[in-house]
Amino acid sequence: MATSSVRSCRQYLLHLAQDNLDFRLPEIKALLALRGKPFIPDEKFKEKSPFWCLDGLSEEDIRSIMARSVCAKSAFELWGHGQTHSELRASLLSYQSENMSPFMHKDSTYRINIYTFNKTLEFTDRIKRIDALDYLPFEGTVNLKSPQHIFCLLEDYGTDPNNIPEHPNSVYFGRWLADGQRELIHSHSVKNRHFIGNTSMDAGLSFIMANHAKVKENDLVFDPFVGTGSLLVACSHFGAYVCGTDIDYNTIHGRGRSSRKNQKWRGPDENIKANLRQYGTEKTFLDVMVSDSSKSVWREAALFDAIITDPPYGIRESTRRTGSHKDITKPPDESHIPVSQAYHLSDIFTDLLNFSAHHLVMGGRLVYWLPVYRPEYCEEMVPLNPCFQLISNCEQTLSSHTSRRLITMEKIKEPEELDSLTHLADPRFSPYQGHNAFREKYFSGLNKRRGKEDNKLDFNDVSC
Amino acid sequence: MKLLTHNMLTSHVKGVTKGYPLLIKATEVKVNEVEFNPQFVSRMIPKLEWSALVQAAEEDLPGELVADYETNEEFLKKVHRILLEVEVLEGCLQCPESGREFPISRGIPNMLLNEDEA
Repeated sequence: MATSSVRSCRQYLLHLAQDNLDFRLPEIKALLALRGKPFIPDEKFKEKSPFWCLDGLSEEDIRSIMARSVCAKSAFELWGHGQTHSELRASLLSYQSENMSPFMHKDSTYRINIYTFNKTLEFTDRIKRIDALDYLPFEGTVNLKSPQHIFCLLEDYGTDPNNIPEHPNSVYFGRWLADGQRELIHSHSVKNRHFIGNTSMDAGLSFIMANHAKVKENDLVFDPFVGTGSLLVACSHFGAYVCGTDIDYNTIHGRGRSSRKNQKWRGPDENIKANLRQYGTEKTFLDVMVSDSSKSVWREAALFDAIITDPPYGIRESTRRTGSHKDITKPPDESHIPVSQAYHLSDIFTDLLNFSAHHLVMGGRLVYWLPVYRPEYCEEMVPLNPCFQLISNCEQTLSSHTSRRLITMEKIKEPEELDSLTHLADPRFSPYQGHNAFREKYFSGLNKRRGKEDNKLDFNDVSC
Repeated sequence: MKLLTHNMLTSHVKGVTKGYPLLIKATEVKVNEVEFNPQFVSRMIPKLEWSALVQAAEEDLPGELVADYETNEEFLKKVHRILLEVEVLEGCLQCPESGREFPISRGIPNMLLNEDEA
């Protein structure tokens, strides 16, 4: 890096949380795409590092990302960086002083934070580092409680907690701009939500999904396997109007057995609308309906800006669809809950992609989880559709032999544009084969380890 | 069920070709107050089947879309009320071709078909 040359373009530093590593880059890219901006990392970029330096952006771009991101902790206007403190010093001294002076004049107040990744510093060492920055032209007064400007010295001691170097691998100095939305992980925690089910999506992941889907204010978002509405909660938080369907009458109506440990039955305020009301986004609640996703109830038009869903894997909730089932002779009851038949997992995804191709706006995104049996996984297993471009495929490990992958696809073609031969072009456009085995493999793997057991599992049983 | 949703729903009874729009047979309707968001209403208008909305609204909505509706706040407020504030709580949706009824209870339509209709 040419530390002596004067940089004319601003650089920004993102400090990211070290979890859901696979999901971070697609999230930041999607949020930049919402601004029509590309992702341009500097030449030292390492995706797994907690620090990313970005080029080609404005302060407004950064503030917009941070107003949405759950993966990013903080963002800074980068004034200098290097692999050593002396490199940092050279870098800082070459940063144009007119870019510094608005934040350092004598009537301003400021504070300097020291942040060390993968190392704990003694208080005295922190003070030493602050004092070592005295070559910077600070003219204002220090105010620890409520400074006008916050600066940060960040040191990266690598990602191995068992091998912490004496000196950092990289050091950065910048002006703090904004924090990300990680607070949502706590404020919207499923633990405190009025209405939950066995498969309610973890808050952090549901917001990440909404970001992967490029959900924006005034969008219309649909979840065809809505369950207790966790994904709708996240999308409505970002200003989208939301609707969903589910084949389970009781879940949609908020009735039946509670998923909470100390509670037997669900109370009167336990339904999806109540969840949105809990977080103040009731005005964006459109409707939920009891419906079978394999039999679309929507008219043929590009209705939805995004489709975000967590289809059943056949483990904690069963997969079902309406249709004849010779073995079961049950008289239809008053709530018209038809007899269900097993909905093969491969059909779920084929139907979902096909439905999305017909009902998403052009450029709209489909984001969904794909359950995977890890020993046999290969990239070719991800279902494709000629109307879609695959944007990202992020793995979340559930156990030693299972994981789920968050698939994001963007609609690039209308179904009418395809000719009849398109489906022959790529075997992956055909109904996804072999996926039905997921349920069998999942349980056979468990049975080998535990002996014969009940097929119903608590999510807490699977190691992550 | 809100009328925005109704505008997008169609009958999927096997063999039906003219299943849109579903007829609304309401026994209980409520009008709620929902915060007016002109941008959202403007965005939704191009997605709508306008004549089906006029039919469902039973109120004075113009038979054709007003030009420059994005800036016509009075018009947008009317559309907002129809799309988001009117709610069918009890009743049913009827397929215009087969006559099959889909019940609505507590504002929630049940669109499930029986085994023989699917």
